[in-house]
Amino acid sequence: MDVLVCVKRVPMVGGRIALQPDQRHIDTTLLGFTVSPHEECAVEEAVQVTEAHGGEVTVLTLGPPEAAEQLRAAVSVGAASAVLLPTEEEGLGPIATARAITSAVTRLERERSRVFDLVMFGNEAADTGDYQVGIRVAHALGRAVATGVKQLEVTAGEAVARREYRGAEELFRLPLPAVVTVKEGINLPRYPSLPGRMRAKKATIVTFVPETPDEAVEMRTLRVPTSERRSAEVLGHGKEAVPALVSLLEKMGVVS
Amino acid sequence: MTKVVCYVELDADGVVDASARALTFARGITTRPTTLAALLPSPPTAEALGQLQSFGVSDVAVLEHDGISGYSPTALSRCLDAMSGEEDTLAVVAAATDHGNEVLAHLAATTGRDFVAVCTAAREEDGGGFSLTRHRWGGSLLEDSVLRAPRAIFSVSTDAVPPVPAPAATAPTTRTIRPELSAQELALQAAESRPESSGVALASAKVVVSGGRGVGGPEGFAVIEELAALLGGAVGVSRVVTSLGWRPHREQVGQTGTKVTPDLYLACGISGAIQHLAGCQSAKQMVAINTDPDAPIMARADYAVIGDVSEVLPALVAALGERRSRGRGE
Ligand SMILES: Cc1cc2nc3c(=O)[nH]c(=O)nc-3n(C[C@H](O)[C@H](O)[C@H](O)COP(=O)(O)OP(=O)(O)OC[C@H]3O[C@@H](n4cnc5c(N)ncnc54)[C@H](O)[C@@H]3O)c2cc1C
Repeated sequence: MDVLVCVKRVPMVGGRIALQPDQRHIDTTLLGFTVSPHEECAVEEAVQVTEAHGGEVTVLTLGPPEAAEQLRAAVSVGAASAVLLPTEEEGLGPIATARAITSAVTRLERERSRVFDLVMFGNEAADTGDYQVGIRVAHALGRAVATGVKQLEVTAGEAVARREYRGAEELFRLPLPAVVTVKEGINLPRYPSLPGRMRAKKATIVTFVPETPDEAVEMRTLRVPTSERRSAEVLGHGKEAVPALVSLLEKMGVVS
Repeated sequence: MTKVVCYVELDADGVVDASARALTFARGITTRPTTLAALLPSPPTAEALGQLQSFGVSDVAVLEHDGISGYSPTALSRCLDAMSGEEDTLAVVAAATDHGNEVLAHLAATTGRDFVAVCTAAREEDGGGFSLTRHRWGGSLLEDSVLRAPRAIFSVSTDAVPPVPAPAATAPTTRTIRPELSAQELALQAAESRPESSGVALASAKVVVSGGRGVGGPEGFAVIEELAALLGGAVGVSRVVTSLGWRPHREQVGQTGTKVTPDLYLACGISGAIQHLAGCQSAKQMVAINTDPDAPIMARADYAVIGDVSEVLPALVAALGERRSRGRGE
């Protein structure tokens, strides 16, 4: 059971987002980088699938050369090999991203003369949140796809994917090979072991340059929404604030 | 006359709120005279039909297929394709829910068209194309962009516009659509089951009592649960709490958790990272309890108690309990 997982490097923004003067990029000078929690869980799920059924996990990213850091992080928790599709332009759109990933999958499968039983993604990238790359890749490869998956069972020839929507459970049966996009909560990702970290340091990263078509969507500017900024009215300190808090709750009508 | 096509979700009460908002949004994307068509996953009740009429829908199409009994993103996307094939279609929209985004992404993938997800504004430009505003980082950042493509596809953020009925409405015509589906498309449909739910659902709770790292550990959540019960609310948590395994992920509020829209959001020992706020910024009132008066949550909360949750919360629960027993005694 071979699994390919696609991840995206994003800045680890905390309390507030600062933009560069061009109003088109996040100021990342003081920030670390990570992948979305959804993708962290996709990597963990892929590793669990191969632990249960044999086979190997390949991790792939489309991004700047620095995204090798995120590939190594995936190797440290169990991925066997790593592929980088370097892009100079930050922020390729979803059509270009899907096309680059699709051609990489086709090329990798040809080189290995074996298909990936599962190609996995996070449900949406943390930064751009386009909600479509996995689905586009699935259609381009002619494979079935389930998104937002919160529970995955793999048996010979089939993946059973479950998720929740509006209080109901939805179950999809996908013939393999298939594409699955997962959401955080499907598992609790492990921490890297010491041997894992060593392996990650030494891992070779396969690189090939993707073709990138033009996009019809053109980003003009980024803005931090400002409307919601306020300054909290301090009701008091410690236990002394409790009577004020109780009267506030009464005023709000949430205590009977 | 141009046409806008909208995928509309239904529940037991008729048109869901997010779809009513998407329909309102759809009416506002151009100044040209437009007809509004709705695709439904199943036949509407009389009540739902009335709602569609009031939101300005004049053409109602219902998915019908012998092989389809559950939600099928591929079948729905084929229907939208059939409804939006002609030149007169200006846009295809849906609420930016998990279903809405999924159906539109399938449509975009099979037609090779662009799909812009989670828009808060869209306006047709004079020379053609759209200027759009959309969410990034779960709404913590806004992106202004232009889309130069015919038959635009976009999903509508649930906080883009309130649901507003159309000024004039006439009874819609209703028809069925039977999409041609390949075996693979037919196979992609959900088997649905409804688990017995216990307690107040987080997504729709009127009060959410949330705990973060500052709660200190799994034991610290006993008092959070007690307070939530006293206020008739649900328990929420931050991501730190779920990654440490203190609480289950279904309680997580935020960009990669549940989005909540309560009247009151009580954030206890939560710093207020943008990804957390992305899930609770629509709360009507926010109260923060935090030892740090400079925590980012203070810039979003309406009221704050500066203090240790392990001290404030038990005192609050005791005060509310006392108040309640006094009330009974009278
Ligand atoms: C792509 C991405 C997606 C994410 N998605 C989510 C998400 O969906 N939801 C989410 O919550 N996070 C999410 N995060 C994580 C987020 O960035 C923060 O790390 C997280 O929200 C912090 O949780 P916290 O506030 O509990 O912990 P901390 O940031 O550590 O804050 C703890 C707070 O508790 C206060 N405190 C400490 N002790 C006490 C005490 N005894 N009494 C009172 N106050 C005390 C401190 O002053 C501090 O403000 C995401 C991150 C990324 C990168």
